[in-house]
Amino acid sequence: MGKRTLSVALLATAMLTVAGCSGGGSADAGETAAAPVNPEGVSGDITVLTNRTDLVEDGTMKEYAAEFNKTYPNVKVEFEGLTDYEGEVKIRMNTEDYGDVLLIPSAVAKGDYPKFFAPLGETSSMRPTYRFTDKTDVDGKTYGIATFGTANGLVYNKALWKKAGITDWPTTPEQFLDDLEAVKDKTGATPYYTNFKDGWPLESPWTNSVGSISCDTQGHDKLAENDEPWAEGNDLNTLDTLLHDIVHEKLSEKDPATTNWESSKTLLAKGKVGSMVLGSWAINQMRDAAEKAGQNPDDIGFMPLPSQQNGKFCSTLVSDYQQAVNIHSDHKEAARAWIDWFTEKSGYAAKEGAVSALKSEGMPETLKDYVDNDVKMIERSAARTAEVDAIDNASEIGLNKPDYRKKLIDIARGATDGTLEGYFDDLNKRWSEARQTVGS
Amino acid sequence: MTRTASTAPPPVPAAEPGPTGKQPSRHRARSGASWRDRPLRKITPWLFLLAPLALLITFTYVPVGNMIYYSFTDWDGVSPTRNYVGTENYTEIFTRPELFRVFAVSFYYLAASVVQIVIALYFAAVLSFDLRFRNLFKGILFFPYLINGVAIGFVFLYFFQDGGTLDSVLSWFGADTDHAWLGSPESANTSMAGVSVWRFTGLNFVLFLGAIQSIPGELYEAAQLDGASRWKQFRHIIAPSIRPVLSLSVILAISGSLSVFEIPYIMTGGATETSTFVIQTVKFAFQFNKTGLASACAVVLLAIILVITWIQRRLVPDEKVDLV
Repeated sequence: MGKRTLSVALLATAMLTVAGCSGGGSADAGETAAAPVNPEGVSGDITVLTNRTDLVEDGTMKEYAAEFNKTYPNVKVEFEGLTDYEGEVKIRMNTEDYGDVLLIPSAVAKGDYPKFFAPLGETSSMRPTYRFTDKTDVDGKTYGIATFGTANGLVYNKALWKKAGITDWPTTPEQFLDDLEAVKDKTGATPYYTNFKDGWPLESPWTNSVGSISCDTQGHDKLAENDEPWAEGNDLNTLDTLLHDIVHEKLSEKDPATTNWESSKTLLAKGKVGSMVLGSWAINQMRDAAEKAGQNPDDIGFMPLPSQQNGKFCSTLVSDYQQAVNIHSDHKEAARAWIDWFTEKSGYAAKEGAVSALKSEGMPETLKDYVDNDVKMIERSAARTAEVDAIDNASEIGLNKPDYRKKLIDIARGATDGTLEGYFDDLNKRWSEARQTVGS
Repeated sequence: MTRTASTAPPPVPAAEPGPTGKQPSRHRARSGASWRDRPLRKITPWLFLLAPLALLITFTYVPVGNMIYYSFTDWDGVSPTRNYVGTENYTEIFTRPELFRVFAVSFYYLAASVVQIVIALYFAAVLSFDLRFRNLFKGILFFPYLINGVAIGFVFLYFFQDGGTLDSVLSWFGADTDHAWLGSPESANTSMAGVSVWRFTGLNFVLFLGAIQSIPGELYEAAQLDGASRWKQFRHIIAPSIRPVLSLSVILAISGSLSVFEIPYIMTGGATETSTFVIQTVKFAFQFNKTGLASACAVVLLAIILVITWIQRRLVPDEKVDLV
């Protein structure tokens, strides 16, 4: 009997605690995190959250901070590198303690930005200076500035492709498949590497390319009003059919279940793998891998996806993580000073071989091939990302999650029953149903 | 678990090591006398309980309570606002039969846990007799259980990869299978169920061994005098006395197979039809930001496991074992 009383008491305590816990914090309407006028006058300790644990560990971030302190001597910058950035920050955002400067996690709904971040300024005044402002624009105010942007395309091993007798970039998916076939036959290399196990190379690099095929800056936004994004003639149809065909014709690695991203870099550098769809940020990493493997870093090339509009290649430019100021920060001025300095003065984007968030900066050296070959680089609009994400989540498809393309690959290699057409029909159905429930 | 206290034999004083016995016993006698007849004595057990209870409430009951509360909301996991939606999440779960299809994968693990219990029982019975290198074998069998599940996932990823450990070992014996172990649903699920056997056999083994070793030695002696063989000793002495532990193992096996997570999550991420109910739940919560629905899934899983345990206890009631 005593035992029963105890457990009832426990349960009651638990319930009471729950009631106490579930209030949910409310944030005050944040004033704009304005850039300081006088650098000497700014002071305070700020914490910067970053996903680049590698740069925190090797001291690169400290060097940036030291450089920053030359202009802002009274601001002390601390870095917190988080390996599982998305997961950890998402949980921390339930409290007020999520750094002063942070990268906006993709889990945060766009409509909630004003509750979590201090506005950085009017979008109309930010737009002439910065790229990718529409990604964080809520009601005319901008909440984040991109750390950098990337162009999308295929990282490939030039020497290998030359060995297979291919000199020109393929202009159609069919031609691309023929080229992969040639690479396989003439060099014995794996023409394409899916990175199935790690999964992420199947998500953003492919989905970010929506718009590259149709050469439409609104390509991604239009998903919000399309009931059948996988129907013939849509970008997703072309992209996913291409991936399906690569795998179906056995032009990808033999055992996708045990791929490894880190080793794939060396495989590509050594010419054992022909190509991968990735963002341009990967070029520098591949070149590093080539150097470490004793290969020529210049063999790493970057080509647009095999599709042309009016005789021209297109490639979408998309924003990577955006830096924002915590609305609960006590040192909003210092935080803003860091973001501005990091974007304008640090040279971070150039060092990463990525596209700077500043419109005044030109294209980086890594995209020389694109510039030389007159690839049309279009800044992809993110004005309706919130709607697209809402439909995507409601449909449980996950355009930016690996699962749906993993299933596509399973169908392509015959591990799962089904056909490409059947799968596309199913995806279309789920998408249109989700559009109804989200109520657009 | 309180059951074990009633069935376990009282501690035998004679079993205490001799040389160190002298000093502590004197100490104990003195302190025992000083505590007696004091009112503090009554609340002492509660004072001792304070720390574990506080931890238990903070880290088990409050989160569970929170989870139940979230399951009635449409919370996305981040947003400061959440709406009460009543039983909508539960309605959604029970009107989407495809959410329960993943339980098919659990049968692989359930079959594997049968194998696991048999293996564990065999080794526990064998090693309960006096064998050479007995402790070494015990260590070897228990070792996998001590390794972190995530590490096991990675180790076996290399084990099963194309040209990995398994393939090379097989090729020594002239069997060049060239089989993608994690490539097809059947093969992947069987392989990972195998990993789970490797991992958890040690736990079952230790549970069984503990139960077997608590059987008084005189029983074996008496049985031997009566001319009972090893098999007969197992059949009539060991088997009945480990029944409570066996039924505990079965409960653990069933609830374990329903809530498999680490190994498939690390090794395949739930791709190629290896997704389990927990993986699916995690994906709802952390990929599609449906924390409310995911909490409801977790509550449903908890209910399923409770019901199955209850049915199992009904079918196989826990009799008191009376050997002596």
